[in-house]
Amino acid sequence: MTVTSPGPLTQDDIDREIAEARDAYAARRADGEPARHHPDRGYAPYRSSLLRHPRHPLVAVTDPEAVELSGPVFGVTDVTELDHDLTRQHPGEPLGERIRVTGRVLDRDGRPVRGQLVEIWQANAAGRYAHRRDAHPAPLDPNFTGVGRCLTGDDGEYAFVTVKPGAYPWRNHDNAWRPAHIHFSLFGTAFTQRLVTQMYFPGDPLFPYDPILQSVTDDAARARLVAAYDHDLSTPEWSLGYRWDIVLDGPSATWIEEGR
Amino acid sequence: MSPLPTPSQTVGPFYGYALPFPDGENIAPAGHPGAITVHGYVLDGAGAPVPDALLEFWQAAPDGSRSGAPGSMRRDPVTGGHLGRDGVGFTGFGRVATDADGHYAVRTLPPGGVPYLAVIVFARGLLHHLHTRVYLPDMPDMPGTDGDPLLAALEPARRATLLGVAERDGVVRFDVRLQADGAHEETVFLAFD
Ligand SMILES: [Fe+3]
Repeated sequence: MTVTSPGPLTQDDIDREIAEARDAYAARRADGEPARHHPDRGYAPYRSSLLRHPRHPLVAVTDPEAVELSGPVFGVTDVTELDHDLTRQHPGEPLGERIRVTGRVLDRDGRPVRGQLVEIWQANAAGRYAHRRDAHPAPLDPNFTGVGRCLTGDDGEYAFVTVKPGAYPWRNHDNAWRPAHIHFSLFGTAFTQRLVTQMYFPGDPLFPYDPILQSVTDDAARARLVAAYDHDLSTPEWSLGYRWDIVLDGPSATWIEEGR
Repeated sequence: MSPLPTPSQTVGPFYGYALPFPDGENIAPAGHPGAITVHGYVLDGAGAPVPDALLEFWQAAPDGSRSGAPGSMRRDPVTGGHLGRDGVGFTGFGRVATDADGHYAVRTLPPGGVPYLAVIVFARGLLHHLHTRVYLPDMPDMPGTDGDPLLAALEPARRATLLGVAERDGVVRFDVRLQADGAHEETVFLAFD
């Protein structure tokens, strides 16, 4: 690992570290290591990870009776009809580019995850979160909070209506900017399948500079975090459409689940 | 062919107005005489409290059932706000953010059939959440920790990081150390493959 020179951490410093991590991963792959689907928890270019990741290896749980092989359930009481539409939570229309984001939630065997909770949160079109600690001097939008939730349907499908979030600055290093993204939280049929992640928009020029996205060092895995623009999902005179399918990792005890 | 998993990304710093919900920490029905409190700190590799961590709890019901129940985060269709729990049912699920001191507290009922609560830790800086468990000190109607296969496989210093400590009647202390700080052992975190 390169020792960073004293003084403010620059994008060049981060770019170098990102390239080193990518090269190290490529070398391990060449040595026969399997593909890595998730980020390394200790990923130096993302400075906040340094003191917040364990150094011991995880302890594998093989107990078929583990409680984590089951998980929480949610229902109609936990979500209202309007929760999936982030543009209808205030008296007026939010500013920005109206979009529909939809896709399916599957488990790693390709089976739909039915009736489970999907939660999202995001910045507004100007790149500002409705959060007191977001000090980015971009305007708040009184007609946009940026929180949504829904339950998946029988085919694992989910759908949100929102506005495209803006990019925003952060303090990982000098001139650090996050590409536009929507935060997602997902539940499967087991606690082991829990996933919190971020969805990105295709073609964003900030991708190579962002240590959070680049923490997924496998190119194919990283591409799975980027939604696809889908013209058939765009609604004439109304909104643009994006498709993003989500696959939950992790085992579940409910191998046979008929007609839930 | 099986589809490939969607990678994890950090929960970031701004989930606070989206994920926590009223009564998220009150898994036990209101006023239940058997309720216990589990509380503690989330700490980093410098021993500093982590004020932007989010913990989720999942557990067996007192009767041993693992089917859970809806209603953890009931919504009010009139105002669009939250209603809180109904005060009667047991959903088995809780969610609580750490406060500015890195402290959390949940109130729940001892699980049936196993002596532990499953815990997931999310935090800014953590690119992929972590699984751990709180093993509860001996309680009536709950099996002890002696025969537990996970605990049995750990050396004593590591095992101790999963053992909740009885502070007083009905109050259990459980700290999460994301990384060893030189003076304290790192919490045991779990993988499910
Ligand atoms: Fe964000």
